[in-house]
This record gives sequence, structure tokens and C-alpha cells, in this order.
Amino acid sequence: MPTLPALSSNWKSLLLPFIGLLFVFGLFTALIYAFEPDNLSAFLSSRNAKTVITQTVIVGIGALGMTMVITSGGIDLSAGSTIALSSVACALTINAFASGEDPATIGALGMTAAALVAMATGAATGAFNGSVSCLLKIPPFIVTLGTMLIARGAAEGIAKQSQVRTPENALQNFMQRKPDPEWLFLAPGVWITLALLIGVGITMRYTVFGRYIYALGSNESTARLCGIPIARTRILIYTLCGTLMGISGVMSYAFLGSGDPTTAVAKELDIIAAVVIGGGSLSGGQGSPIGSIAGALIMTLLVSGCSMLNVPDYSQKIIIGFIIIGAVAVDTWKTRRQAAS
Amino acid sequence: MLALRGVSLDIRAGEVLALIGENGAGKSTLMKVLSGAHQPDSGSVEMEGRPLALTSPSVARRAGIAMIYQELTLAPHLSVEENMTLGMERTKFGFLRSQTQKVEAALQLLEAEDILSSRKVRSLTIARQQIVEIARAIVSEARVVIMDEPTSSLSGDDKQALFRVIRKLREEGLAIVYISHFLDEIDEIADRYTVLRDGESVGQGLVAESTPESLVEQMIGRTIDEMYPRPNHDTGEVVLAVKTVHGTALPRGVSFDLQGREILGIFGLVGAGRTELARCLFGLDPVVSGGIELNGGAEMNLSGFQPIKALTGGLDYLSENRKDEGLAQNLSIAANTTLSAIRKTSRLGFLQLEEEKATADRLAKKLDIRCANTSQPVSALSGGNQQKVALARMIHHDSDIFFMDEPTRGIDVGSKHEIYELIHSMAAGGKSIIVVSSYLPELLGICHNIAVMHRGSLSKKRPAEEWSEQEILLFATTGKHQPSFVAQ
Repeated sequence: MPTLPALSSNWKSLLLPFIGLLFVFGLFTALIYAFEPDNLSAFLSSRNAKTVITQTVIVGIGALGMTMVITSGGIDLSAGSTIALSSVACALTINAFASGEDPATIGALGMTAAALVAMATGAATGAFNGSVSCLLKIPPFIVTLGTMLIARGAAEGIAKQSQVRTPENALQNFMQRKPDPEWLFLAPGVWITLALLIGVGITMRYTVFGRYIYALGSNESTARLCGIPIARTRILIYTLCGTLMGISGVMSYAFLGSGDPTTAVAKELDIIAAVVIGGGSLSGGQGSPIGSIAGALIMTLLVSGCSMLNVPDYSQKIIIGFIIIGAVAVDTWKTRRQAAS
Repeated sequence: MLALRGVSLDIRAGEVLALIGENGAGKSTLMKVLSGAHQPDSGSVEMEGRPLALTSPSVARRAGIAMIYQELTLAPHLSVEENMTLGMERTKFGFLRSQTQKVEAALQLLEAEDILSSRKVRSLTIARQQIVEIARAIVSEARVVIMDEPTSSLSGDDKQALFRVIRKLREEGLAIVYISHFLDEIDEIADRYTVLRDGESVGQGLVAESTPESLVEQMIGRTIDEMYPRPNHDTGEVVLAVKTVHGTALPRGVSFDLQGREILGIFGLVGAGRTELARCLFGLDPVVSGGIELNGGAEMNLSGFQPIKALTGGLDYLSENRKDEGLAQNLSIAANTTLSAIRKTSRLGFLQLEEEKATADRLAKKLDIRCANTSQPVSALSGGNQQKVALARMIHHDSDIFFMDEPTRGIDVGSKHEIYELIHSMAAGGKSIIVVSSYLPELLGICHNIAVMHRGSLSKKRPAEEWSEQEILLFATTGKHQPSFVAQ
């Protein structure tokens, strides 16, 4: 049986990414206290905490997939389009099972099938990215840039250029702040994100495949020298990333209540930013799933905090932009200091 | 970090000063101080009697101190002229002004007129690129040129060409600081020497009055009876038969046999195809035709050969380039050690991290890898210790036949000796080792047999004792054996 070393010794490193999150939280608490004291209780409410956490799900799940890709030295620019395509696939599958407006006809089978079809759609997109990039030796930046358009176009095509509405069903409750049943406390989507975080975390840290991800990103030539099956590993990484985008697409469907081919435009940039804020390096070899989730939370918290401060939308963008640069600057500085000592 | 404590150095115009010392002795830190990249806590630098505050690299450069680093720092996509004038561009109304004359004059001074100033640097050999880099120092009107291991990727003729260039610089009245591990080079090119050990200058004097032994003793603080240990075990049956292997350009129809427990040296000049031969046999470079027989088995065609197959077949390869190929620099020592045989420390696809750590710790201890612990990234180690990590990975994978490409390149005397000893103990323990090198004394010292490459072809292999240095160089440069040998 595989054994996992005790996680306890790594508590510090696991919690480290959340220091930045705490910092952002403290900063906004202070700012709101100073400038918009009326909003302070709303900002600190459990309701707001739940909102922030729920709104992190779509980017968070995407960031888990992107963490694997970025750590392996790749990039996936098609993430947002893949999410939209999967959400449309999800809605269309629901409709295929529904007869009329009666939600009962969809049933657990229909919803499971919808989720699986969405995941398969994402996986196929990822497999395409990985295979084309590896077999035709085209940089993933270019391949996924192409796929970004292909997947977006495909989503619009199969959705006939409009939202795909579906009869009401339980899948749509996955992103409700108040879950049903209530004892779940957090939306099912949040629990799924947590489960995926643990899964991706264990994969990257404790499996041979995870070690290959780091090795590929750190130095592909070394990986080749050491007999690592490079193409197979890369294709698998992109396929898994695509699958996670598919799950993110299901959450997008749940959030919007319909399959929307125009959703998640430029979402890949949020996702990449979350990974980078979380300590991932675009040159590969570095990345942490838990860091990426912290990064995604930081981004949602920023949006929430800014709106509580009544900062207009455009300023929010500017602030987030600076945060991304700042996070990487701090990280680079830390690395340099470590190297010097 | 205290890398330097009390180093005194005086560099004189029209003189080559050799700076020698083990890795970690403080040579590179001293270089960084002189190039303005690091500020010393105390001490001073004077140039021509005037104090000089080296507060940044650009100050050092303006003061006339030029650095030629071990790894070349040219931009491959720019032309020779663009590289040589980089950061010293002259403009008129914001437009670049040609400095071709200046550039060509510098190249002419170095007797390298054949390097066209418009050529892209990437189309030049490493040796020619180095000349461009030195010419850049002349264009920048440097007075002191500091060279760090300049011959580490050169061989024979190129090295001699570089020495001619250095002598030219000396004649021109420049001061040259020459950092090298190669004591024979220092004997050939340097006038004076300073030895660094543990961040201190422990000895200096005239090269003419020193012996290699006395220099080595000063560097490592102990005596070395034999720099290059001779193998004292016998070889066995043929384990690898190479049959007319052709690469895309190099090698061209190479055949040879390798015996069990044999240490075979393959010598060649840069461009002779010695590295390509090893890479083809390990599946890193494409093979057009030819095959190998392992342990007397059936011939295996090498087209489509991959490292993964080579590893399974019991071959392993030590890269000549630790930084770009040999090691995953930001992964831990432990991860690098187990990377090629990861199945040994994993079950059902899950890593056994404790087993991995124990394995890495054991090998680090066995090879005396100096590190805080094996979860440190490889990039934190010195060159010699990095090379030991790469060797630890080979030992852990436990193939039977090893290709070691420049196993001691860019590492200090002490580590070199340890690696020679390791090669011997591995061979005595049943492994067969091919050492590819451009450094003759090393091959003549540690190998049972030596074969020489010339333009993609390999000479017959002969016992090391039967080769003379002249014969090897004759074959390496002309592809011909001495008449006396052919007659035999």
C-alpha cells in the first residue's frame, strides 16, 4: 500500500500561502473601517465570507488545473473558452434528458451525465492542446491561443449563439451560497473545490506523475535524459487541466443557471494570475495547488473589498493588476534573498 | 555569508596573473567584488594608485575592468558587431552609428579577421564566440581583463589560439587575471599566481618558480601523491559492441568494443563528434544507421533509439552540461538523485518520500556531497557537488555502462580527484565507463584504453600506456596515425 508521510510536519508550508490572504483581508478591514465604516459589518459578515468563497469556485478549480500546466512549464490560454464550452455541453445534456419543463425527468442520471459530458468536453479540449503541442512541436502558448478561439467558436456554434436555458434542476444549487440541504453549510461547489484541491495536492506532491510535472517544468532536457516519457506526461497534464476546466464549466452552468457560450471571457487571465500570486512560476518548476487557491481567494476578496469601499470597477482592475505584479515581485525578492544566503 | 576574509591581490599591467583555488575558495566572490556586483564589507581597491569605489558593474566597466565569464554572455541572435558594442552603442540623432571599424580593428588585433562583424553570433563556434567576447573587452578599452575558466569548453588548437590572444593582450599592456583549474595552462600562460583557499590568499609567487605539485598542495592544503590514479584492475568480456554508427552529421561510421570493468577514454577536439557519439549511443541524438550489441546479444538497430530505452538496456549518460541538461536545478538533491530510477522509491505510482530521502542521504554521504540537507535545491551547490549529484543519480539507477561526458569540467581539483577515484571504484565493481574528454592528461591518467575522434571517425583503441600525447594530438588533428604505428 502506498503510504503518505505525515502532513503535520508540512503545516507551516501549507499555511504559508494564506499569509497573503490574511494580509489582504486585514488591509481591507482597515480601509473599510477608515473610509466606509457603515460597510464594515457587511464585509466581516459570514454571509460575505460565504459569498467570497463561493465566487472563488470557478477560478479556483480552473487554477488547480492551471497549476499543473504552469508547473510543468506550459500555459493554457484556452481555459476560459473551455469553461464556456463545457458549460454549454452541460446545459445541452440536461436538455437532452429533460422532456418538457418537468425537472423530475432530468433526475440524478441526467445531472450525472451532464457533469460527465462537461468533463469529457474539457478533457478532449485539453487532450487536443497537449497532443498538438507535443506531436507537432508547437509552443503551448500558440496552440492554446488557437484553441481559445476554436473552443469559443464551438461553444457559440453548438449553443446556436445564445444562452442554453434548461429546466430547473438540482445541479443549479451547486453554487448557491445557502446550500440545500442546509447542513452542508457551504455550497456543494465549494466542497468539490476542496476535494479537488486535496486530490491535485496529493498528485503533485506524492505521486510519480507529480514529480514528473515538476521535473518537466524545471528542466525538460534533464527529464528526457532520465527517461521520463515527456509527450505522454505532457498530454496527460493538459488533459487533466482540461477536465478541471470542464468541472469549472459545470460550476459556471450552476452559477448562471444556463449554459452561456459568452461566459468566462478572459477568465484564463484570472486563473493564471491566481496561480502566479500563489507562487507558481511561468518559467516552470514551481507551483502549489494550495497557493493557487489562496491566490484565487485573494482575487475574489479584492473584488469584494473594493466594492465595499465603493471603488469603481475600473480602479479595481488597476488594483488587481498591481497586486499581481507585487506578488511576483515579493516572490522574486524572496527567492533572490534565499539564493544569496 | 562570509565567502571572503582577507584577500590581497595585486594585478600588474602587461602581466598575466593566475588566480587558482578550489571551488568555494572564494574565486567567484572575488570576481564579483572586482566586477562591482558585490560590495566588500571592508578593504579597498586601487587602480594606478587611485582609490576606486566599485559600487556597480557599470562603474567597474567604465573603470576598465572587463569580465569574460565561464558561460559566454553574448546574445546569440545579434551580430558580432552588435554584441561587441552592446551597452556602448553610439548614436547620432537617436540612430545607431556604425562602429564597424573599431570592431574590426579589435578583431584584427586578435588575429581573428575572419570573423565578419555582420555575422550572427550563434553561427560561430564556442571558441570563436569567446574571441568575440575578448574583442568586446578591447572595444570597451578595458585595462584589466578577468577570465574565468576560459578554456573549459575549448580544445587543442582553440586553446592555443586563445593563448595567443592572451599574449597579445599582455603585449598591449593590459593586465589579465586568469582563473583556471588547469595547472598546465597556468604553467603555459601565466607570469605570477595567487592561490585562494577558504576565502583567503594563501600563497603567491612566480609561475616559473613553482611546480604543479606545490600549487595543488597550496590549493587543497594537503598533498596529493597522484593527481590521476591509474586503474589497477583487469577488464573482462565485451559488454558493448558498437557497429558503424552514423549520426545526422557526426559521428560517421564509428565502431568499437567496450569490455566489462573497462574505462575507455574518448578524446577529440571540439567539433570532432565525441559528444555526439556518446549522445547517439544514449539515444539523445538521432542515429541514421548502425547498431549496438549488448553483452554479446543480438544487434539492436539504433534508429529511433531513445534515452528511456537506453536506460532500460543498462546504459546511462552523464551530461557535459549540468546547468541546461544534466540536472533539474530548482529541484532538490533528493529529487534529482532518484529521477531516473523513480520506480525504486515509489509504490503504485506514489512516491515513498522517506525512502527517497534515505536513499539520497546515503548517496550524499557516500559521495561526500557537501550540502545542508538533501532537500536543498541543486542550484545551491557548487559545480563539483552538483556533478556528484548527477553521479549519485547514475549510481542509484545502477546501469552497467556509463557514458561520462566531461565528468570533471569546471570543478575543483579536490572534487576531480574524488570523481576519478569514484570512476575507478565503479569500474572495479563491475561497471564499464566511457569517459569523453578534451583534457588529455586526465584521460592518459585514469583510463585503461584510449581512442581518438577526428571528424566523426574513431581511431583504434589502444592501451593508454601505448599512446603518447603527440600521437593522440596527431590523430585528433589529421586523422592519421604516426607512421611507426601504422607499420606495426
